[in-house]
Amino acid sequence: MQGQKSRKRSFMSRLKRNRQLIMLSLPGAIWFLIFAYLPMFGVIVAFKKLKLTGGFIKSLIDSEWCGFDNFRFLFYSGDMWIVFRNTVCYNIVFIVLGIVLPILVALMLNEIRKKTLAKIYQSSMFLPYFLSWVVVSYFLYAFLNPDKGFINNLLQSMGKTEIAWYSEKKFWPFIIILVSQWKGIGYNTVVYLASICGIDKTYYEAAVIDGATKFQQIKYITIPLIKPVITILFILSVGRIFSADFGLFYHIPRNSGALFDYTNVLDTYVYRALTASGEIGMSSAAALFQSTVGFILILTANKIVSKIDSDNALF
Amino acid sequence: MLLGFKRTKQEKQIEKIEEAQCKYNQIKPATNTIFNIILAFLALTCIIPYLFVIIISFTDEKALTLYGYQFIPKKLSLEAYRYVFDSGTNILKSYGSTITITVLGTIIGLLLTGTYAYALSRKTFAYRKFFTKLIAIPMLFNGGMVANYFVISQVLMLKNTIWVLILPLALNSFNIIVLRTFFNTSIPESVVESAKIDGASDLRLFFQIVIPMALPGLATIGLFLTLAYWNDWFNAMMYIDDNSIIPLQYLLIKIESNMEFFINNATVMGIDGVEMALNLPKESTKMAIVVIATLPIIFAYPFFQRYFVKGLTIGAVKE
Repeated sequence: MQGQKSRKRSFMSRLKRNRQLIMLSLPGAIWFLIFAYLPMFGVIVAFKKLKLTGGFIKSLIDSEWCGFDNFRFLFYSGDMWIVFRNTVCYNIVFIVLGIVLPILVALMLNEIRKKTLAKIYQSSMFLPYFLSWVVVSYFLYAFLNPDKGFINNLLQSMGKTEIAWYSEKKFWPFIIILVSQWKGIGYNTVVYLASICGIDKTYYEAAVIDGATKFQQIKYITIPLIKPVITILFILSVGRIFSADFGLFYHIPRNSGALFDYTNVLDTYVYRALTASGEIGMSSAAALFQSTVGFILILTANKIVSKIDSDNALF
Repeated sequence: MLLGFKRTKQEKQIEKIEEAQCKYNQIKPATNTIFNIILAFLALTCIIPYLFVIIISFTDEKALTLYGYQFIPKKLSLEAYRYVFDSGTNILKSYGSTITITVLGTIIGLLLTGTYAYALSRKTFAYRKFFTKLIAIPMLFNGGMVANYFVISQVLMLKNTIWVLILPLALNSFNIIVLRTFFNTSIPESVVESAKIDGASDLRLFFQIVIPMALPGLATIGLFLTLAYWNDWFNAMMYIDDNSIIPLQYLLIKIESNMEFFINNATVMGIDGVEMALNLPKESTKMAIVVIATLPIIFAYPFFQRYFVKGLTIGAVKE
């Protein structure tokens, strides 16, 4: 009894001591409870046969449980294989290119002699990152517009047949990859360049004295020393292998149905299922699948990395 | 400079010395040239599409229908911009909403991020672990698009209000971590301690000492937020379905169908309408709106770039 009382008192006094810091963090904490934690309970929709009759909460309580039916429908639906294939394949390509290209660019920026030129290049490459996918889709449209676009004009003037870009799906894997790298390269380059610049210069000085060539310096000093950054970004992107950039896959192909075979990914599938066909159960099953697999993948990737090299793991 | 925007003399000097030191470890002139060519090519591909869109927006509509989009237009015209400013009450309204959303959102977001990050940065805070976990879990697991949709539209009833465009973007774990790291590295513990000994409360400490000292960090987060709000179309697409609030980015999505709608309507309206529809600078107007919607970003670009690089560098620091 006595102990309980004193424990209670110490808890209260601790609360009182931290009163102001709690007050400062409370608005943010409430935001997280509403906008991040509340939707987590929303995932039960995936296990319900939801019919919207009147209020959402009432119909959620009234509707019956259906176990994994929604998931079964999801995996048996014909589109699902294409959607999964697109999401995962694009992401694998993005992960590889998103590491290789920016590092190459960062190394080149780091090595060229005129630093002012390097700044100009870097600033220019960063520009697309600051524009929204909607704006970028208009940029692309200026080139690919079937009857006014720059490329078809060019083809026409060379006497070749024009291409209906927004209905010929075979070009789109290439276009999607190109546009995604174009938009992201500046940002990723800055991340890698920052960590390359942070490397202690004396390593290179010692290497030069030992007669190391530029290539050897990169191979034995630069790459090993930026490995932690590469690993963290790699783990994070593996965790997102089932999520796709909605804007890239929705606005860049201008939501063209003819291209769905190569542009429909999980996020666009969920959006279309939710807005067009109103298949709430199935779309929330897809969304739950996406975040659960992402969660498992990020833990697994982190575990594997920490087994190999515990310093480089995320947590 | 208060915000440290200009490079100081010292920084410039250090750069010069470093450059001189590097002289003996340089790449060969030929390699240098090749690298320069590759990088210049990449840099140009990033800028040219934007220039192209600007050129199209200044091209005469008839030239566009006849010759398509061209880098060197046959005839220049300001018609598109005139059209935007004359008849474009919708466009001006959209501009207004985007500015309101961006300003309000950035202020609210900065307050939420700043207070939370400050509490996390204080090592004496007894519940630091708990509040860190609270923001770490949503980084790993989230409810997904559908659950978010139902919470925002059915539970919070925010659909078709301005708040649906402001609140969901106001806070995120990444910004908090960046700002916390900034507070940790830029505000010495001794300053906090001495203020405490003088009897300053945490609230006073935050508003009177930490905020003025952490201005560059707050500016970085402020720019992150500004950019996110200015470029947001997703929330509008999800939660706005009447025409009350249409931010610029959403207007760009809608204008495709809206302009078509305008022309379809015109045929019903009679000869005047048909003529009006025919004279409507359709293609160039769209591109003009793209240009107008991105103009503020281009003007703020030097700021954006500098602070983004700073923020990314801080964000990359692992705890």
